[in-house]
Amino acid sequence: MIAYLLKRLAAAVPVALAVSLICFLLVQLAPGDPLSVVLPSDATQEQIDATKARYGLDRPLVVQYALWLGNVLQGDLGTSIATGRPVGAEIANALGYSLSLAALAAGMAVVLGVGLGMVAGYSAGGWLDKLASAIAISGVSVPHYWLGIVLVVVFSAELNWLPAMGAASGDPGLTDRLRHMILPAIALAAMPMGIITRSVRALVAETLGREFVSALVARGLGQGAVFVHVAKNVAPTALAVLGVQIGYLMAGSILVETVFAWPGTGSLLNQAILQRDLPLLQGTILVLAMIFVGLNLIVDIVQPLFDPRISRT
Amino acid sequence: MKHSTPTALRRYSGAVSASLCAAVLALGLGGAAQAQGTLRIAMTAGDVPLPNGQTDQGAEGMRFMGYQVFEALIAYDLSSADKPVTLIPGLATEWAVNPDDPTKWTFKLREGVKFHDGSDFDAEAVVWNFAKILRPEAAQFDEKQAAQGKGRVPTVVDFRAVDPLTVEITTSMPDALLPFNVAWIVMSSPAAFATAGSWDAFLAAPSGTGPFKVQSYTPRERAILVRNDAYWNPVRMPKLDAVELIPVPDASARVAALRAGQVDWAEAPPPDAMDSLTGAGFEIVSNVYPHVWPWHFSMLEGSPWADIRVRKAANLAIDRAGMKQLLGGMMVEAEGMVPPTSDWFGTPEFKVTYDPAAAAALMAEAGYSKENPVTVKAIISTSGSGQMQPLLMNELIQQNLAEIGIKVEFDVRDWNALLANWRAGAADPTTDGATSTNSSYFSQDPFTALIRHVDSRLIAPKGTNWGQYMSPEVDAIIDRIRSSFDPAAQLTAIQELHEHYVDNALFLFVAHDVAPRALAPSVKGFVPPQNWFIDLTTVSIE
Repeated sequence: MIAYLLKRLAAAVPVALAVSLICFLLVQLAPGDPLSVVLPSDATQEQIDATKARYGLDRPLVVQYALWLGNVLQGDLGTSIATGRPVGAEIANALGYSLSLAALAAGMAVVLGVGLGMVAGYSAGGWLDKLASAIAISGVSVPHYWLGIVLVVVFSAELNWLPAMGAASGDPGLTDRLRHMILPAIALAAMPMGIITRSVRALVAETLGREFVSALVARGLGQGAVFVHVAKNVAPTALAVLGVQIGYLMAGSILVETVFAWPGTGSLLNQAILQRDLPLLQGTILVLAMIFVGLNLIVDIVQPLFDPRISRT
Repeated sequence: MKHSTPTALRRYSGAVSASLCAAVLALGLGGAAQAQGTLRIAMTAGDVPLPNGQTDQGAEGMRFMGYQVFEALIAYDLSSADKPVTLIPGLATEWAVNPDDPTKWTFKLREGVKFHDGSDFDAEAVVWNFAKILRPEAAQFDEKQAAQGKGRVPTVVDFRAVDPLTVEITTSMPDALLPFNVAWIVMSSPAAFATAGSWDAFLAAPSGTGPFKVQSYTPRERAILVRNDAYWNPVRMPKLDAVELIPVPDASARVAALRAGQVDWAEAPPPDAMDSLTGAGFEIVSNVYPHVWPWHFSMLEGSPWADIRVRKAANLAIDRAGMKQLLGGMMVEAEGMVPPTSDWFGTPEFKVTYDPAAAAALMAEAGYSKENPVTVKAIISTSGSGQMQPLLMNELIQQNLAEIGIKVEFDVRDWNALLANWRAGAADPTTDGATSTNSSYFSQDPFTALIRHVDSRLIAPKGTNWGQYMSPEVDAIIDRIRSSFDPAAQLTAIQELHEHYVDNALFLFVAHDVAPRALAPSVKGFVPPQNWFIDLTTVSIE
């Protein structure tokens, strides 16, 4: 088990490095000037050159990357060009918002996805299966920003039940925060809910068709006991799907966060892109990519607990 | 093999949906009750402007944070919607240039003004604030504020307190435009900075002299401003208890927030939402302001725009009324660099209007026709600050110009990329054969409105004369503007410069934005001035 763990950890290191290099290069390739946000639009070339030198943007790319990576390894993600605030603190703050939203969305996606998937799998071919599959396919097919806009139009603009945007209305409190989270969380949860439903449905239907289930039923086990066995067999693959989907929730929320003006990493990323805020952009992408890598690592570690065959291979 | 759904599961999914519905209802019903007199504004900015003084987030930052919480020695008269905005006394009651040495200006300060922290505003505070942006060796020097403010006062070289209520500012050369420049520089409290110890800490307890003071500031979420009951100007005592500034960069999210009753005021609603907003009882407020949406021509050799006949023809070929219709009425048809209502417009001989026949005649004179067109490559952007609806507008221009024998090829760029080339100039390799660029311009003062684009001493990348326009006549007018300390003489010179712009069709004059904003019916008393900045003290919530 420990050897397996170490192997997985070691494999994550080159992935992390590759991610850091790719995100650095991609950001550099984008057109535009990061200094346009800190300088007045009629700044002279002299002013621009001086500011460039101050941010180290006048050095060769290789040097910039090496310096950046060195600082990142020491836990310093640099300073945002636009706001002057430390990138680490900006991301930590935004991450709090995104994580809470992702957690709620993940909860919704898992509960509904596993629930609907189980129902569909158990009633494969029946009308419940068709209904669950229809919901799942809608969840996967509907663009989540569009769903977000529709939710806002219905529940905020028309019915006036829930806030249309933002993370709080100035009065701090869990209820207020939750009210602001519901619509973006639903928009965010739709797609992973659909994917989880489809995966779980396929897994359950397949498992139910296997001989051991017939054997269990033949031995007179009750519905509940059979269900436990089915669930155990479904769990490892379902977990892998969940890991990837929760990763998407963290990284894929940029459009939903923009539609709802939710101050998480998605909005941060959007703002960093629009302002060409290189340190903020690089830092955010790196952290999100690392979360993705980390989540998959966790899934890889948890999977053998359900299926010991994995750690033996 | 068929399986029935286990009852436990069925019950479970039922319970989940029931509890979700219950949660939505429990959390949703009622909505948030708002205190009377709190105005909630959805800004277009992606972040709350810094409450440090010389704030960020461009003109919007100055509009909602800069000039509400802080003040400059000279202010804008924003009290009327009907007349162009002029400079009026702010924290200084009067100012004058030294007749013997026109590089020295004296500012008499207002007596009895206090910062929000209770400390006195005096000459030392003014000197301290200029050093904040111009003296890197000063303890209070702030790179962020310097980046926003330094470029606004390019000629200021020295400043000193003559007595507690008198400041002398020295410029590197005679600069009659100094009052316009000084109106940009706002005053933060030296005492509050001393208590805070750093500009980062200052943000937790900001202090200026303005009609509103900062109660709370949460980056990227909101700032809450409250009425400054000790404000020095009783005429401008805010009617509101508080103003909430909320950054909502997405236009549809701003409209949704307004419709949901989450905000009372949405900046820049998208044109396609105007009708539905007015239909739902919201008010769309707009007015012409110092902004122009032009094509900036390259005057380099080989550019078709170097020929005045082609420039004039293009200006006569644009159906601006049609464009206005396309934008839901949200523009003013441009007849020059500044709106026709501006004091600076003057009386140009060339009338910028829609006259395709006259345009075709001019093109024929230049040797072109619809069948034998000249090809031009135009840099445009997909979006950007002040760019209005660039794709829509440019497509119309393309069609209009094709009618008179100008074939337009677009070089569509990202807004930041367009700006980078605009700074580099038409002669830069990044221009890539284009002969015009489409950057909208801020024209708050004579320098930004007129001088910077055509001064031969400011050819990009040294300055921002992108098109490399060179004219000794224009340079002489600019020198007169800079050295005319008599306001009437200065105005005449500014008008002369603008007449030169129009008579020589130096730009393709297309549109002026009208700064639309959507207000809830409860918002009363707002006067939309012809300016980038606004006065929130007259506003109330019913």
